[in-house]
Amino acid sequence: MVKSGAAARDLREAQPGGRYGEAAKMLSSQEGNSFADLLATHAEAVISAWTDEVAHSLRGRLSHAELQRQVTELQKGFQSALFGGALDLADDAAAELRAQLSELSSLRARQGFSANETAVSVFTLKDAILRVVNTDDAGSLRDYVSFSTFIDRAALFTFDSYVRVREELIADQAEQLLELSTPVVKLWEGVVAVPLVGTLDSARAQVVMERLLQSLVDTGSPYAIIDITGVPAVDTQVAQHILKTVVAARLMGADCIISGIRPQIAQTIVALGIEFGDIATKASLADALRYVLKLTGTTKRQER
Amino acid sequence: MDRVPVLKIGDILLVSIQIDMEDQVALQLQEDLAEKIVATGCHGVIIDISALDIVDSFVGRTLATIASVSKVLDADTVVVGMRPAVAITLVELGLSLPGIRTALNVELGMELLAKARAELDWEAGDSGDDEDEPAVTAP
Repeated sequence: MVKSGAAARDLREAQPGGRYGEAAKMLSSQEGNSFADLLATHAEAVISAWTDEVAHSLRGRLSHAELQRQVTELQKGFQSALFGGALDLADDAAAELRAQLSELSSLRARQGFSANETAVSVFTLKDAILRVVNTDDAGSLRDYVSFSTFIDRAALFTFDSYVRVREELIADQAEQLLELSTPVVKLWEGVVAVPLVGTLDSARAQVVMERLLQSLVDTGSPYAIIDITGVPAVDTQVAQHILKTVVAARLMGADCIISGIRPQIAQTIVALGIEFGDIATKASLADALRYVLKLTGTTKRQER
Repeated sequence: MDRVPVLKIGDILLVSIQIDMEDQVALQLQEDLAEKIVATGCHGVIIDISALDIVDSFVGRTLATIASVSKVLDADTVVVGMRPAVAITLVELGLSLPGIRTALNVELGMELLAKARAELDWEAGDSGDDEDEPAVTAP
């Protein structure tokens, strides 16, 4: 529960020496009613002022008509929530408003707006209301402060939803990336290749290892080429992952060749003292394929 | 106690492990194989572990012992069909099963044995010309 200044003052007025806690509401029922009245009586003015403010903050990236539609819906949402007796954003009566706010933020998140711009879309309601409030009257000013608290809560809620949607997006993309980035291609009869692109962390290395080993079993290929042309840097960690994959493949009865080692990477490998042992390493994929074909060719000749 | 059957196919003994590899089963297999190699005079042993979900360090060591014993009796051993999950687990445990030859499946295992045998025969043979090198490495 938010113990903002206005809410806390409310509580002290209502219950002298009273406790803070779950009873604390953003608005008293009387404030809620006056807020609702204010929104209803000045609906037109609030909507147009609000739309202008939002349009200014978004710098014309959404059409005015589109913004006006969103803002009108939000205004109705606020109004019906308050008329429904919502004194706090967590109230049941505000459920629809919450749904509207999270829908707005997920829309903004997917359209690529920043968190700031999304939250400001709600915060600007305060400016819009300030224009219609009678600033000479101390009572309505005090009410305005309470309204502000309510709107702050709504904006923070929007911010939260925005972050949640963005995190979901990121998680989805990470998963898709993992699936996309580890293809195992068949180069020749009995030869598969894994072109590694991008940084190899533990999770990816695990996926690569499993995919490669499974495709060895599925295709019955005794040779695998691991091409690291697209790996930007090879440190001990990455080398460790590659070595593990090679040893696992050997245990299963397949030979691995590492190819695509760029000059700088070769120097890093030597500088770090990484030992590839008796694992064949080639400069290019073409060299690796030629090497494998030679091996299989020799095998064929000896069988004859 | 369960026993793993040992099948003779031509010059090769085929062992397909279809049951859980308990320590006693592994030791029994080691004895059975040694006797069978002597009895049949086979020169190759293929151990198929494609049905095994778990290969612990004891089974790994037993496989290595089997390979060494067979070698003494002039038979090559190939372990075939290791599952990816098993291979990954062994690598994570740091067991690389040194001294054991492996192949992806029984067919490739038989090829490997035939090739090893051919090399051995060729070395034992008296022909002095090496035909493979010059043709390939000519600049």
